[in-house]
Amino acid sequence: MKTSTATRLGLRTVALGYLVVLLAVPIVLILWRTLGEGVGAFLESVRTPAAISALNLSLLIVAIVVPLNVVFGVATALALVRGRFRGRGLVQAVVDLPFAVSPIVVGVSLILLWGAGGWLGGVEKLGFKVIFGLPGMVIATLFVTLPFVVREVEPVLHEIGTDQEQAAATLGASSAQTFWRITLPAIRWGLTYGVVLTVARALGEFGAVIMVSSGFPGVSQTLTLLVHSRYIDDHNTYGAYAAATLLMGLAVVTLLLMTLLDRKRST
Amino acid sequence: MISVTGARKSYGNFAALDDVTLDIPAGTLTALLGPSGSGKSTLLRSIAGLERLDAGSIVIGGQDVTQVAPQKRGIGFVFQHYAAFKHMTVRDNVGFGLSIRKRPKAEIARKVDDLLEIVGLDGFQHRYPAQLSGGQRQRMALARALAVDPEVLLLDEPFGALDAKVRADLRQWLRRLHDEVHVTTVLVTHDQEEALDVADRIAVLNKGRIEQVGDPVALYDRPANDFVMSFLGSVARLGGQLVRPHDIALHRSRERAQSLDARVGGSPGVIEAVVERVVRLGFEVRVDLRADSGERFAAQVTRAEADALDLRVGETVYARATQGPDVTETEPALAI
Ligand SMILES: Nc1ncnc2c1ncn2[C@@H]1O[C@H](COP(=O)(O)OP(=O)(O)O)[C@@H](O)[C@H]1O
Ligand SMILES: [Mg+2]
Repeated sequence: MKTSTATRLGLRTVALGYLVVLLAVPIVLILWRTLGEGVGAFLESVRTPAAISALNLSLLIVAIVVPLNVVFGVATALALVRGRFRGRGLVQAVVDLPFAVSPIVVGVSLILLWGAGGWLGGVEKLGFKVIFGLPGMVIATLFVTLPFVVREVEPVLHEIGTDQEQAAATLGASSAQTFWRITLPAIRWGLTYGVVLTVARALGEFGAVIMVSSGFPGVSQTLTLLVHSRYIDDHNTYGAYAAATLLMGLAVVTLLLMTLLDRKRST
Repeated sequence: MISVTGARKSYGNFAALDDVTLDIPAGTLTALLGPSGSGKSTLLRSIAGLERLDAGSIVIGGQDVTQVAPQKRGIGFVFQHYAAFKHMTVRDNVGFGLSIRKRPKAEIARKVDDLLEIVGLDGFQHRYPAQLSGGQRQRMALARALAVDPEVLLLDEPFGALDAKVRADLRQWLRRLHDEVHVTTVLVTHDQEEALDVADRIAVLNKGRIEQVGDPVALYDRPANDFVMSFLGSVARLGGQLVRPHDIALHRSRERAQSLDARVGGSPGVIEAVVERVVRLGFEVRVDLRADSGERFAAQVTRAEADALDLRVGETVYARATQGPDVTETEPALAI
């Protein structure tokens, strides 16, 4: 089919307009509002004790969640691709659950499970505070970011097949040596991509985390919670914009890293 | 020496290996030949330990390895699709087995360079597999398998993914390499020409069973059954019997054909046939014929014979077998 130049231009304008209005305008607006007051004001706003604590907490959660998801994600992907066990279909479905379930539902069910009176609520009496503590936020973030590594690594494992691993075995490599020297390097790009997505999502998660956090400024607020509380509770709109800009800055750094890695991969 | 005894392997209720017993003498190049799905790879992978037998045993160099892991069988394995370690340079690929064995770096480098020279990849040390052609990748894979000084070298259709010219070159090259290094080699192939070309011995597989084992000449000249006969080389069906196309003599006169044929016991007799096509293939000429029974077959004659017969499409000739399972003729057949 041949489309006339006018139609093509029209379609392009619509597509571009859609992207601009939906994605670019809100982000640029926030940036503009934040930096419109000057860089000094921005820096002051993100250097308050509450903001620094929120940044640290967000990064701490990322630092805990990423390694755990890497280990379990790679193990799960290996089991799903290479394993021959009953219930594989079930595992496949369960892995996608976080995509399907709303984060707020995740938060509620975590309270139900770990909160006082929950099935596993007993751990609280042992001095291990899950709900309204760091463990709760970590578990909530783990839940919502679980699929990323699995789903990025799985197709790569499929693609590389088992030939290289078998070749390594015939050359004398043990399973561990084969994993570290053959399998892991072969899946590294998929894994990297999965990690980047995990980082981005962990930084941005709000719904699940707000349910299980006590939300004290300077104690148990992540960056997203800080944006929310500054805006809603403190009516500090500028502070909310500044925190949002910081959050976006982190996301942009992550995306940039990914693009750089992506470029390296294709050369 | 590799001894496979009573090997069985099933997938579900499908028997991929059905009581296979096979001895592979040390220092030989043996081909496992058979149609696709006949169980060649399963047998080879069982020897390597990449597949676990349901029953039977495998002995390599006097040691029963049936329960031994592939890592400890002293084998080198070459895969059809190279199985190159894509993230490693040629040098690291070839040196992999040695670095697993924790050999000193200098020794690894020396050995890798030697091997690359042998396989004709000197100067490619720092390339990645993606920067090599298929034939080069496979030679790298061979060097990699040879680096660990395997007791046996196992190759699963190593040239199957290459184009015809490269394939023919590489198998000549493999033959010469084998004459140099003398490592016991098992080559899986579905290509009878390849097997006849390089192997000292051929084991013909069909439906998970060994049909016949022997040297190429024996298999070609004295096939144990119709399957082996038709799988190794082309065949024509003459008067209900399988005959090689070049073992068919054509005559202009029925009397001449009968007088020569009379000396042969159990031959299919003289068949009257009409010439349908004459194809000149260099030195040889293929004559497509249709017998009066309606059966079609092809005879292969030399150019001189064809010229002497002066065959034209539509003419009638008299065909007889000069060799065959039931045909033994001492003096070479003279056509015409
Ligand atoms: N992992 C497997 N699962 C099920 N069937 C298999 C498997 N591997 C091989 N087979 C079957 O076993 C038979 C022999 O396979 P294979 O040894 O690969 O044959 P060949 O190498 O001679 O082509 C084939 O019919 C194939 O479909
Ligand atoms: Mg095969």
